[in-house]
Amino acid sequence: MKFVQNIFDKTRPLVEKDGKRNILYPLHNALETMAFVPDHTTHSGAHVRDAIDLKRTMVTVIFAMVPALLFGMWNIGRLHFAAIGEEAALLDSFLFGALKMLPLITVTYAAGLGVEIFFSWKRNHPVNEGFLVSGLLIPMIMPVDIPLWMVAVSTIFAVLIGKEVFGGTGMNLLNPALTARAFAFFAYPTWMSGDQVWINTKGGEVVDGYSGATALGDLATTVGQGLGNPSTDAVMAQFGAGGHYSFMNAFLGLIPGSIGETSALLILLGGLFLVFKGVGSWKIMLSFFVGGFVMAGIFNLFAVNEFMGLNPLHQLMLGGFMFGMVFMATDPVSAAQTETGKYIYGFLAGFFGIMIRVFNPAYPEGIMLAILFMNVMAPLIDYYVVEANIKRRAKRVAHA
Amino acid sequence: MSTEVKQKESLFSKKNRKLISDPFNDNNPITVQVLGICSALAITVKLEPAIVMSLSVMFVLAAGNVIISLIRNLIPNRIRIIVQLVVVASLVILVDQFLKAYAYDVSKQLSVFVGLIITNCIIMGRFEAFALGNGPWKAFMDGIGNSIGYGVILIAVAFIRELLGSGTLLGFSVIPQSWYINAETGTGFYANNGFFLFPPMALIVVGLIIWAQRAKNTKLIEEN
Repeated sequence: MKFVQNIFDKTRPLVEKDGKRNILYPLHNALETMAFVPDHTTHSGAHVRDAIDLKRTMVTVIFAMVPALLFGMWNIGRLHFAAIGEEAALLDSFLFGALKMLPLITVTYAAGLGVEIFFSWKRNHPVNEGFLVSGLLIPMIMPVDIPLWMVAVSTIFAVLIGKEVFGGTGMNLLNPALTARAFAFFAYPTWMSGDQVWINTKGGEVVDGYSGATALGDLATTVGQGLGNPSTDAVMAQFGAGGHYSFMNAFLGLIPGSIGETSALLILLGGLFLVFKGVGSWKIMLSFFVGGFVMAGIFNLFAVNEFMGLNPLHQLMLGGFMFGMVFMATDPVSAAQTETGKYIYGFLAGFFGIMIRVFNPAYPEGIMLAILFMNVMAPLIDYYVVEANIKRRAKRVAHA
Repeated sequence: MSTEVKQKESLFSKKNRKLISDPFNDNNPITVQVLGICSALAITVKLEPAIVMSLSVMFVLAAGNVIISLIRNLIPNRIRIIVQLVVVASLVILVDQFLKAYAYDVSKQLSVFVGLIITNCIIMGRFEAFALGNGPWKAFMDGIGNSIGYGVILIAVAFIRELLGSGTLLGFSVIPQSWYINAETGTGFYANNGFFLFPPMALIVVGLIIWAQRAKNTKLIEEN
């Protein structure tokens, strides 16, 4: 390792403030901190010093995502071989999925880090770790067969418009990963929704009775049919015990969907890890769940179609609800900052998520839109929480 | 600033030319004053309506500025807004009828937005800020200058949106048909970006133009 150190030491004068290759400083810095523990500490902005730094936080989140990611890879392969009617061993399915997933991850990191490095050059500050998590989140919320350049364009848009225009990592209003998905969803709807995009069926004939629809896509077809209409029986049977979208299947994640979002169990495992490590806010996760449950419960009580009538817990296991709850809503930058605000923010995000999903089946990913909406509202929530606190304390002073 | 000019000025003096060049960059009605945004969002999906809209605004603004400037000393101050509205409304009706007669398709695409030129903030803004205090020739130059500044941004936004959103320019396809992803034959690699057809994307494009302009023209950056 000594000789690597020597290379960095030797080239440092070149890239330092008045060196000849000053323009390469961010790149030098990024590579050096990747190879060695840097010898400088935080010198501005932060007032509370902690043993944990941004890099460590980010790596913790990545660890939390790994179970869902690995499961997603296996699920891609499993659904693919099931759709074309081939038997496949667990490892075959996993490898198939991993080969689909790797290009997605590579392209996302290349596109996102490209923009980040460009802005570091322009603004002359070191590249920071802000994109590490977003870069893995983005491929996990995409359908398996989305063309790679669409992922790249969405990522560039998200980093540019979602983050850099506001001043970079830590300044963004919106969650960059969700911005990328929202962009892809509105820009390329054919590749982001419908019943053709979730399962890879290339290289074989699909078996009889194959359906590539997601649970939410199927549920959307029951809207407008009324409650208990016999024409919806076939669809609803899939949600009963033994059906494709039974509660257990949805909980374990054996259903089609975006790559990393299907397995509620493994996402919750990651969520527990985040809470245990103190990185993710349990307040947001809990209130998000309660918000979704309350809305689903209200729908269940006043159901006029099968979508509304679905068991509330079952409803929460479908689509991106769990993934949004654990990995998206808890983004420390775009979520509410005040402790009371976190409850309000999480509750409303879950509440609106289910509402959008059920009321407008054209947007099955209501969770995404709801979290983005609450991202925008978070500063407002914080403002009123702080104001209320000031008023309360002013009153106390006046009485004393 | 005195409105009286003591010595005779030539028609295209430096000051008069500045009336045209200033709104193009330093004082652009859309990107600097952030006026007329509504129409910049609404009619920039395609290039053709955007061009027609720019020309219409140019006619209304230049003619209106001259008319207001000519009668500026006759207008009682308290009812000047009403008078301005009457002038701009008559001109807009002229434009609307003209478009209906000679460019019916575009007129249908622009639909209500031709009528809404009346409420275009740029027009009332120039009447109030310039035509009421300057002579007809200067007012004319100012109207032309501002409508060029408005039109350039409008056309730039429409160019980007039509090219990326529909793959066409002025209705002609510029992206070869063989580039498009074809699910049946499995060929092609390209797809139009549907987001550019939505108004929010126009806002983002205008924002990007403002960003680029400020990066070039540093005196526009406010100090705080």
